[in-house]
Amino acid sequence: MTYWRKGAWIVVLLVSGLLTACASHTGCGTPEAAPVVVDERPAAPEPVSEPVAEPEVVEEASDFMDLPDGTRVAVSADGSVIRATVGFGFDEAEISSGDFRILQEHAARLNRNRDQSVSIEGHCDERGTREYNLALGERRAMAVLDFLLANGVRTSQMSTRSFGEERPLDTGSDEDAWAKNRRVELRYE
Amino acid sequence: MKRLVVTCALLACGFVHAFEIVIDRGIDTLTPIAVVPFRIYENAVDITPIINADLSSSGQFRPIDEAIMLSLPSSATEVAYQDWRVQAVEYVIVGSVFIDGLGLLVAEFEVIDINDERVLQAAQVKGSQDDPRALAHHVSDEIFRAITNLPGAFSTQVAYVLVENRNQIDERFTLKISDFDGGREVDLIVSQQPILSPAWAPDGRQLAYVSFAEGGSTIYLLSLDTGQIEKLASFEGINSAPAFSPDGSQVAMVLSRDGNPDIYTIELATNVIRRITDHRAIDTEPVWELNSKSLLFTSDRGGSPQIYRVDVDSLRVSRLTFDGSYNARPRVMPDSEHFIFVHRSPRGFHIAWRDLAGNRAPRILSSNVLDESPSVAPNGVMMMYSTKTDGKGILSIVSVSGEVEYKLTSSLGDMLEPAWSPYLPLTTTLVER
Repeated sequence: MTYWRKGAWIVVLLVSGLLTACASHTGCGTPEAAPVVVDERPAAPEPVSEPVAEPEVVEEASDFMDLPDGTRVAVSADGSVIRATVGFGFDEAEISSGDFRILQEHAARLNRNRDQSVSIEGHCDERGTREYNLALGERRAMAVLDFLLANGVRTSQMSTRSFGEERPLDTGSDEDAWAKNRRVELRYE
Repeated sequence: MKRLVVTCALLACGFVHAFEIVIDRGIDTLTPIAVVPFRIYENAVDITPIINADLSSSGQFRPIDEAIMLSLPSSATEVAYQDWRVQAVEYVIVGSVFIDGLGLLVAEFEVIDINDERVLQAAQVKGSQDDPRALAHHVSDEIFRAITNLPGAFSTQVAYVLVENRNQIDERFTLKISDFDGGREVDLIVSQQPILSPAWAPDGRQLAYVSFAEGGSTIYLLSLDTGQIEKLASFEGINSAPAFSPDGSQVAMVLSRDGNPDIYTIELATNVIRRITDHRAIDTEPVWELNSKSLLFTSDRGGSPQIYRVDVDSLRVSRLTFDGSYNARPRVMPDSEHFIFVHRSPRGFHIAWRDLAGNRAPRILSSNVLDESPSVAPNGVMMMYSTKTDGKGILSIVSVSGEVEYKLTSSLGDMLEPAWSPYLPLTTTLVER
């Protein structure tokens, strides 16, 4: 598993710290049906049951682009960056139908590039309790994972992570800031 | 409504925090007392300001200002009772501070009941010259006990998270402990990734906490004696909300390894993990009842976050809160009959207090709009929570009786996630006289 922030560090200022693992990762469990999106028209996802094995080499260049700061973004045919964030209502984890197209664009690129993986990160606004928000952020990330899964992306390409309310985009305390912070971000690794 | 604000900068005493005591409601219900400035011999230091601040923060007392005291006795024999009766002072504390033949700092004090003209307690507290705050807090504990018959909790500590340079490239999260009033702070863990949910072991020697240092949330145990860190849970998905059982044998926590967040327990001696709840809703924020046999937790299984109780043997679940659309993060009071929690009103998120039996309506203890993370002092007299004022994360201590608010702020950043310690071993000793 790769982590997007490689600079993570811990310093123990008491005495020397020693890390001993006593419990570790299980296999990456696929979530069972989470409450998601089964909606009207635009959602007609081509459920790629047999993924059309396409030559990876050709698409790689046009589907994604590496920015100077090292982050990888999905790009459309004309080279513009495809939005990688979707928003949510307070205490909700339902993807709005307005975001279906964007997510389908991402799914299409992941389907054409089977060795491209994506980290799906759920976030919340500051209201309510931190631990509940950690769980809510995961629920949002799972909703996006399920949507991408339904659109042909493989489980092995996706990982989810919740930061709850700990990583706001906007540190303000008003409706605008809260709306920005209730989000799922797709990060390509 | 009267409002009294006492401000003191701890900066002056060598600390970075400032604290402010806001007595906001019903000042008339507070018992007037007088802590006469202790007589200071030679190289001893003045501990009276700390004692005054401690007693104020309890929400029981209103110490009168030195400037209006008619006399300044330093022992019971020097007390002129009339001087205090005219000011309606009910209890007077007198004393002196000196350094004894062994080089120890000694506070000798008497607690006097003015109405009964009686000395309630006469004692000495001894400690290191390097640590006058420990001495002061211990004296405050003794005064509090002498007057109220309840143990004081002024020698306790608080664990919390400080966030510096929020959303900057050098953003930094530090797990800290300090005296309950913010004094004598120590950095424990520093990380570029979020830290949350510090939880004390009942013996006060270990902290469990959640860190994102490895990408996702992981639960760690930190020994406060050795500084050793141990991973408690790092499964796929969420690993969070640790809570030690009161008997110290288990930690309740939240894992989402089996699909979505549920409550689990881990037995510390064997590392045996047991699933306590199994529901497709969010189950989180477990906390033990004092018998270590049942847990309160937050779940949105009913459609909105509400507080439930689960028996860890039978796994039977019952719902405790029904008022309002958001009740979460319970903390059981030391009387084992009440709990405090986060409650949403039309105005925002507050801390509320209620009985476990559910016979009475919740009482709101805090009145800001973004209050969270309530934590109760081991004597049940005060509780602490975090809130946001003017864009800044601060800690606030409120007496459970609701009269006094005591704010802790840091010039360095946002203070979050306070966890009040249990009673801790003292470094000072009491000698009754």
